[in-house]
Amino acid sequence: MSVLLFAETENNTLKRNAAEVASYAAALAKSLNTNSLAVAFNADNAQDLGQYGISKVYNIINAPEQFDANVYAHALSQYISNTNATHIVVSSSADAKFLAPLLAAKNNAAYVPNAVALPNKLEPLTVKRTAYTNKAFVHTELDAEINIIGVGNNSFGTVEQFVDCVVENDSPEHTASNLDQVSMSKETGKATIADADVVVSGGRGLKGPENWHLIEDLADVLNAATACSKPVSDMGWRSHDEHVGQTGKPVSTNLYIAIGISGAIQHLAGVNASKVKVVINNDPEAPFFKAADYGIVGDAFEVVPALTEKLKAFKAQS
Amino acid sequence: MNVLVCISHVPDTTSKINFVENNTKFNTGGVQYIINPNDEFGLTRAIWLKEKQGAQIHVVHVGSAMADPTLRKCLAIGADKAFRIDTPAIDGGAVAKELAAFVTANSYDLIIAGRESIDYNGSMVPGMLAGLLDIPFIPNCVGLEINGNEAVAEREMDGGREKLKGTLPIVIGGQKGLVEESDLKIPNMRGIMQARQKPFEVIAPQQASAATQDVLYEKPAPKADVKLVPADDIDQLIELLHKEANVI
Ligand SMILES: Cc1cc2nc3c(=O)[nH]c(=O)nc-3n(C[C@H](O)[C@H](O)[C@H](O)COP(=O)(O)OP(=O)(O)OC[C@H]3O[C@@H](n4cnc5c(N)ncnc54)[C@H](O)[C@@H]3O)c2cc1C
Repeated sequence: MSVLLFAETENNTLKRNAAEVASYAAALAKSLNTNSLAVAFNADNAQDLGQYGISKVYNIINAPEQFDANVYAHALSQYISNTNATHIVVSSSADAKFLAPLLAAKNNAAYVPNAVALPNKLEPLTVKRTAYTNKAFVHTELDAEINIIGVGNNSFGTVEQFVDCVVENDSPEHTASNLDQVSMSKETGKATIADADVVVSGGRGLKGPENWHLIEDLADVLNAATACSKPVSDMGWRSHDEHVGQTGKPVSTNLYIAIGISGAIQHLAGVNASKVKVVINNDPEAPFFKAADYGIVGDAFEVVPALTEKLKAFKAQS
Repeated sequence: MNVLVCISHVPDTTSKINFVENNTKFNTGGVQYIINPNDEFGLTRAIWLKEKQGAQIHVVHVGSAMADPTLRKCLAIGADKAFRIDTPAIDGGAVAKELAAFVTANSYDLIIAGRESIDYNGSMVPGMLAGLLDIPFIPNCVGLEINGNEAVAEREMDGGREKLKGTLPIVIGGQKGLVEESDLKIPNMRGIMQARQKPFEVIAPQQASAATQDVLYEKPAPKADVKLVPADDIDQLIELLHKEANVI
């Protein structure tokens, strides 16, 4: 028995979510009285996982430069069988959700994504996860020999716990890819909706794309990703990549700031998993206030610049 | 070209979500069911392929007769034939196994499922199906072109997009972007009449075993009332976010 986690990388560096997945895997291993191992692909800083309780990392140094779900799933499968891994921990990133079902199929494993906590029972392994687009939770039993848990973003958090970490650099044989990359476009150096701690989101209340500096300036101060409601992307004010909600990207961040967004159920469905929600809206009856933790009833054109300035001052002091 | 669109049947997002039998079962009473929105984008894209490049479109659902009206709707908007594999959908893995057996027996060039269903949001079925069949898979798909025996598809990833190319057969996890909402078809009278004549087969399951089981549902704890801060006291908001919520 062992716990094995898939630590994601980007540009040869561990992704931020690797820390949370590692913390989860280490805590799970502890409750199972076993050790937690990691597999990373092209990670120059693989030993950093030791900060989160991981004692051994198999670092695959001859992996394709870009994430390739099928190739990675094959490689991971070898480590699952070599280490007798029984519990596999992955994140809920787009890449992890691409890889995990392939991995499950290859290993005849049970898989549940969007877990919100450590298993509340080990026998049978029972995991709480979100269901009905964040309107409920379900406790799911996993009863295969190999069980894969996808940890919801920001649901467990990171737990620092320093251990000695041995990194073994491996060059296994890879399976051939069954897809070729034609092109990739990726914003670099910008926080993404999936990774950011804070997401600042704008709706139709902002009146037009020319006003988006309000959102961007606030996001800059908070090192936040920017997002928008569906009509905003439908009207072409912002790119579709920023559209969040039931039909857009899911948001599960620590702080979600919604500006000029009414809080329609389809919007809320996609953002409700965020821990703290702040709403700025000039209509006190806007449904979003019912789903929010903090709110300001006011005109975004006045409140947001003031908030940005005050936050700048706050950040400068702290 | 033979295209299979996998259809999931889900409660409309505006439905009240409640549970019965000591929170072990979803309460279907009064719930309006719809085609899973992500599947509907895929079905519409498939119908375009039929119109522009020629294709046979089959739809398949794993589940009970409760979904028959949804499958009839798929026929009414342009699918040629519907199949229902008659077994409860216990988990994504079991559904994928049923579908894999079906695909193997019938041979399809393109299999389109939804990015995720909006009830469990698992994103499991398309990837597991591709894994079982050992064919290429592209999830979160926002663009798809088929040229001969090659598929070029774009997937949304965290912070960007990636365009990928693969040889058919291939599995797609579709979503908005494959087509837009304004492209979705509403069944017209002619379509509904034609759908009655179209083949609809109920087939026996493989009895694939499930590896997971949902044992208990829980509703989120009721939310505390929002704390409203006056618009002219932004310092208070910053203080709350810093000291109380610990998020800045
Ligand atoms: C099947 C389906 C799927 C959908 N999926 C999604 C989805 O994924 N994501 C999504 O977002 N929507 C989705 N929608 C649409 C959703 O129902 C709403 O229409 C949409 O979220 C509304 O966007 P909005 O809040 O920006 O605009 P509105 O509802 O128009 O709200 C604008 C808000 O701005 C406020 N406002 C106006 N002026 C100001 C000002 N000066 N200062 C402050 N506040 C101001 C108003 O009071 C209002 O509350 C979906 C709908 C359907 C039917």
